[in-house]
Amino acid sequence: MTKTITIDGNAIPFEDGQTIMDAATAAGVYIPHLCHHPEYTPHGSCKLCTVRVNGRVCSACTFPAAEGQDVLNNTKDLNDDRQKITQMLFVEGNHFCPSCEKTGNCQLQAVAYYLNMLDDHFPHFYAHREMDASHHDVLIDHNRCIFCTLCVRASQQKDGKDVFAISGRGINKHLIVNSKSGQLKDTDLEASDQAAHICPTGAILIKRTGYTVPIGERIYDHKQIDEVSLASEAEDHG
Amino acid sequence: MQQFIQNLAEKNQHQVTHLLEILREIQARYHHIPADAIEQLALLLKIPRTQIISVVEFYSFFTDSPRGQYELLISDSITDHMLGKKNLMEYIVSKLKVGVGGVRSDGLVSLDNTSCSGMCDQGPAGLVNGHALTHLDRSRIDTIAELINQQIPLADWPAEFFQVDDNIHKPGLLLSQGIVHGQALKKAMARGLKATLQEIDQSGLRGRGGAGFKTAMKWQFCSEEAENERYVVCNADEGEPGTFKDRVLLNSYAHQVFEGMTLCAAIIGAKQGFLYLRGEYLHLVDKLQSVLDERRQFGLLGNNILDRLDFDIEIRLGAGAYICGEESALIESLEGKAGIPRNRPPYPVSQGYLGKPTVVNNVETFYAAAAIAVNGGDWFASVGTAKSKGSKILSICGDCARPGIYEYPFGTTMQKILTDCGAEDVLGLQIGGPSGTFISNQEFDRKLAFEDLATGGSFIVFNNSRNILDIAHNFTHFFAHESCGFCTPCRVGTSLLRQQLDKIVDGHGSAGDVVALEELCQLVKTHSHCGLGQTAANPVLTTLERYPELYQSQLKLISYEPGFDLDAALETARRMANRDDAGAHLAQTDAE
Ligand SMILES: Cc1cc2nc3c(=O)[nH]c(=O)nc-3n(C[C@H](O)[C@H](O)[C@H](O)COP(=O)(O)O)c2cc1C
Ligand code: SF4
Ligand code: SF4
Ligand code: FES
Repeated sequence: MTKTITIDGNAIPFEDGQTIMDAATAAGVYIPHLCHHPEYTPHGSCKLCTVRVNGRVCSACTFPAAEGQDVLNNTKDLNDDRQKITQMLFVEGNHFCPSCEKTGNCQLQAVAYYLNMLDDHFPHFYAHREMDASHHDVLIDHNRCIFCTLCVRASQQKDGKDVFAISGRGINKHLIVNSKSGQLKDTDLEASDQAAHICPTGAILIKRTGYTVPIGERIYDHKQIDEVSLASEAEDHG
Repeated sequence: MQQFIQNLAEKNQHQVTHLLEILREIQARYHHIPADAIEQLALLLKIPRTQIISVVEFYSFFTDSPRGQYELLISDSITDHMLGKKNLMEYIVSKLKVGVGGVRSDGLVSLDNTSCSGMCDQGPAGLVNGHALTHLDRSRIDTIAELINQQIPLADWPAEFFQVDDNIHKPGLLLSQGIVHGQALKKAMARGLKATLQEIDQSGLRGRGGAGFKTAMKWQFCSEEAENERYVVCNADEGEPGTFKDRVLLNSYAHQVFEGMTLCAAIIGAKQGFLYLRGEYLHLVDKLQSVLDERRQFGLLGNNILDRLDFDIEIRLGAGAYICGEESALIESLEGKAGIPRNRPPYPVSQGYLGKPTVVNNVETFYAAAAIAVNGGDWFASVGTAKSKGSKILSICGDCARPGIYEYPFGTTMQKILTDCGAEDVLGLQIGGPSGTFISNQEFDRKLAFEDLATGGSFIVFNNSRNILDIAHNFTHFFAHESCGFCTPCRVGTSLLRQQLDKIVDGHGSAGDVVALEELCQLVKTHSHCGLGQTAANPVLTTLERYPELYQSQLKLISYEPGFDLDAALETARRMANRDDAGAHLAQTDAE
């Protein structure tokens, strides 16, 4: 007999060892997320995947599914709060979507659309952040980093390297790279590394490819992120 | 430097878990962590340099640029402010000729703020090169300025500058009758370890660090894990502003605390224990080491304790991070990493230090457990309330005649405590520190208890001369400074909260701003990853609930005001255009 949890009233099967996110994705239920990627150890930091499990607030990407869980996911209250958390990410960094190469392919932007975010709500921090264009093939624009650590995990877990890390405390968090000079060009990152391609925002970009797909024909230009995400991630979770 | 670092690495057996210890010594010697030191250490410890950088940049006591040969830090607890810190800081700046956050041009001295240093009953307090300074005043600052200018080593500074008093004013159940060294262990062995755990269960002892989890249950869970390596950790991070009772327990009752840890080790089957001591309590280290040595000599620690047990305790120091009091962040810190709270489950009792089952308890919890092993569960359970058994040791400070340590049975009213410590004309009190609750003088019949007013020990009294908004302001800034930054709601939310509260307190708030403040509070409280974020809005929420009119009265009568000062924002443009005429200025609003 398969074990089940309920999400928004629907029975969802799960296997031992799966998180709520794993079970939901496998069953075709979208839970908004940014720091989660099925191929990497869950991180649990962005809090977009916040759900209520028997009334208690939990992160779906890290919380193990277990028999008897009644999960609330797609509710107005949760989506309102997720929208505000997304707005926090927008005001913390400097995200000028219209002038960003990643526009249309950006998960942060797509999640904002999905959550019907129409303004920034909070005052901007106008943080002063640098760019690192030193590397021949890869660019870091720190203005757009949301500290999801996907590049950190991809570099360690897929590429067998240690190119990226998150450093600093509190609002002074920032991405650092593993070279004596502190510049990307002096790391062992290669453009073919997973870490160079995993960024959900436009913080890590491959140079000279920005406009190969024209605006208007990009991933989220015609599809919502729930559809795209489920189509690409359900496999991994199954 | 190369030789120094090489030796340091060797002394620490090239163990990554000792990274904080190593960095503490480098900071002490060079007053920063030089980039070359990081390069060399990365090679010696075989870890990426980024791992070291992220530790350096996480802890307040490590700096990547040089600080003064005398690193002076002044405690920023609300109680230091109540004792005239602001004034004193201005005096220090003028006397030492160094700005807050700066280093004097001769490199001799640097000055900065630091979160509560745990000396609230003897402030204003500070730290010089990590050593606690108490009772700071103008005349001491005069002397300190001289000592620094003449480059007198700390060892030759007047001893009274570093004197830290216990100030125990009211011993109760535990403090009035200490145990004889070894007695708890002997009784436990004689009674049987299972039966002793039963006694602790019977006592109803709940964790004294704040959360109040049942101690016997924690030890039981840990002992049931199918692993053969386990750890005991004593949480002496004591970072909650206004709390200093663990400092006193470790200063005068360390034997009993270590005995409690050893008892726990016997019960759960651990061979190694750690005392995680906040960096601010560096002054206790030598004394604690000698207590450990004494216990080894008595056969109460080390190999073959009472012919039954192998267990030893290592002291590990923090480096200025409140979040390291959170048990999983503490474990990360013990492993030599930044103090970022882990995802749970798994809980430390099943996967803690190095992934092994670990019991983390507060200093007072171990202290009480040792007494229970001697006197039995009923002895302890006969005191207190139905849900909160035994007594609680409080550190009382703020506006009262006799700040210091007081021990009360659970169930004692606030009024009784206030009378005992000599508090008059009281406006309200903060119980449980910034993460706890503010209560007004209409609520002093409320009780000390997990089911009413819980506290890890912090108890701060405010008289009617104090301003509620100053209090909320100080606490809110504390949380923004201490947020580890892992999760969005707390990392961004505590900074937004600080901005939004400042806006209101500074008189720039308008209608809607208090509502926005409350909405933000709920968001941070509900969605944050750990206890820090979940309680960071309490200072605002608990005062807003009691004094809504105070917040409202700060608001202007206009319906909207931008969060920044329009005219001030034009300053750069004015400078560039070399203009200062009326046309180059903008009125904020003309609605007034
Ligand atoms: C931000 C934060 C700071 C904490 N600081 C401390 C501390 O300084 N000392 C402490 O004993 N517990 C502290 N705790 C509670 C610990 O996480 C943990 O619950 C406690 O050490 C368990 O011991 P106990 O059961 O004996 O109370 C803190 C928790 C949080 C969320
Ligand atoms: S650079 Fe991109 S992938 Fe890396 S932490 Fe920042 S947002 Fe995440
Ligand atoms: S709530 Fe704050 S302190 Fe806790 S994990 Fe999140 S950012 Fe860190
Ligand atoms: S997706 Fe779960 S916290 Fe980021």
